[in-house]
Amino acid sequence: MKMVKCVVWDLDDTLWHGTLSAGDDLVLREGVVDLVKTLDARGILQSVASKNNHDDAMRKLDELGLAEYFLYPQINWNSKSSSVAAIRQKLNIGIDTIMFVDDQPFERDEVAFAHPEVETVDSAELATLLTMPRLSPKVVTEDASRRRLMYLEDQARSEAELDYQGAADEFLGSLGMIFHISRAKGDDLRRLEELTERTNQLNSTGIQYSYEQLDELMHSPDHDLWVCELTDRYGSYGKIGMALVEKQDDRWTINLLLMSCRTVSKGVGTVLLSFLLKQAAENGKRLFARFRRTDRNRQMLVTYQLANFRVVSHEGSDYLYENDLAVRQEYPEYIKVEIDA
Amino acid sequence: MHDEAVVNMADVTVADYAANIRAYLRENMTAFKDVELDDEDNIFERGFFTSLFAMQLLHYVESTFDVEVPDDYIMLRNFSSVRRLADMVADLKRTSGE
Repeated sequence: MKMVKCVVWDLDDTLWHGTLSAGDDLVLREGVVDLVKTLDARGILQSVASKNNHDDAMRKLDELGLAEYFLYPQINWNSKSSSVAAIRQKLNIGIDTIMFVDDQPFERDEVAFAHPEVETVDSAELATLLTMPRLSPKVVTEDASRRRLMYLEDQARSEAELDYQGAADEFLGSLGMIFHISRAKGDDLRRLEELTERTNQLNSTGIQYSYEQLDELMHSPDHDLWVCELTDRYGSYGKIGMALVEKQDDRWTINLLLMSCRTVSKGVGTVLLSFLLKQAAENGKRLFARFRRTDRNRQMLVTYQLANFRVVSHEGSDYLYENDLAVRQEYPEYIKVEIDA
Repeated sequence: MHDEAVVNMADVTVADYAANIRAYLRENMTAFKDVELDDEDNIFERGFFTSLFAMQLLHYVESTFDVEVPDDYIMLRNFSSVRRLADMVADLKRTSGE
């Protein structure tokens, strides 16, 4: 079961009773404000796919005090499947993590036809939403409860980036990014568990680790468990990456390396790897890495192979890499790296 | 005679690829903007190369030259200079039967 990352709402006769463009008196559906706020507090993002005049609908959402809860609302006369696709792209999440709520069977079918992986829900069933397992995370981490705010900060960054005249790496330089690497502590473990469940693109194996497993690894003398946090002038991205290194005599093996998909466009994917390369070289170790190819982690493959990791053996889609530590990549100039080892 | 002409044609094509790639790098990486960039220069040493930029470069190569770069072609050696990128494209074009 894949947890839902974003619920996409219809407006007319779903969020509220009545049709905005028909001039109806609109009344919020009973309990819907609580529903929106509860999902938000659980770290589930929300957006809108509505066929309406954009400005009118946004004004109404504003009046109702709900506008801030919806990221990248798609209010236009296009098909809802195209609105869902636009939201998926803006949020950079998997289509199979989106849930779509609409009162009209036609709209639900249209979305399901174009995106079979999207779960669709009839507005009549709204009362059951909060008990659905896909919408009920076991634990809500601090990062999760701030998730919407972090996406809003991202939105501000993207707008600044559009305004910026110059090469992409110059823009990154203007963000004042600080990348902080430290050993995982007890209160990081829930977040790390969540990262292993939610991260697909920049994930070296896709293997999920439970809180208990991570707790054991954190205390194991044969393992290093690293966590990293990224901040810039717009705020913190939170804990966005981790690495698990198994230490056996003169061999170190990176069993897991992952970075949250929200940071993909920030060019920080290689920083943690560069850190591990430096560490291995300084300690005179051989450095290996496990990699499991999935249909979504090509970027992680690129990250490893262009950091000069070479395949030493493989079985099916499981690869073992080794890096001879001959080529060392410095940290990018536009990021300040802080290490707390 | 005939063989020689074919070889020359291939060289011309690789040079075209290289020119195209050089222009792309200049446009998208500050480090290459106003400096000499020879086809043999190691682009990893000249500018910081993120996995993000590597992905963009990969998409650019695949869409511009209409090739698919298989996993085992993605290595430092093939991406380290304009010349090697152009050679890789030529190689992929050849193996895809064009």
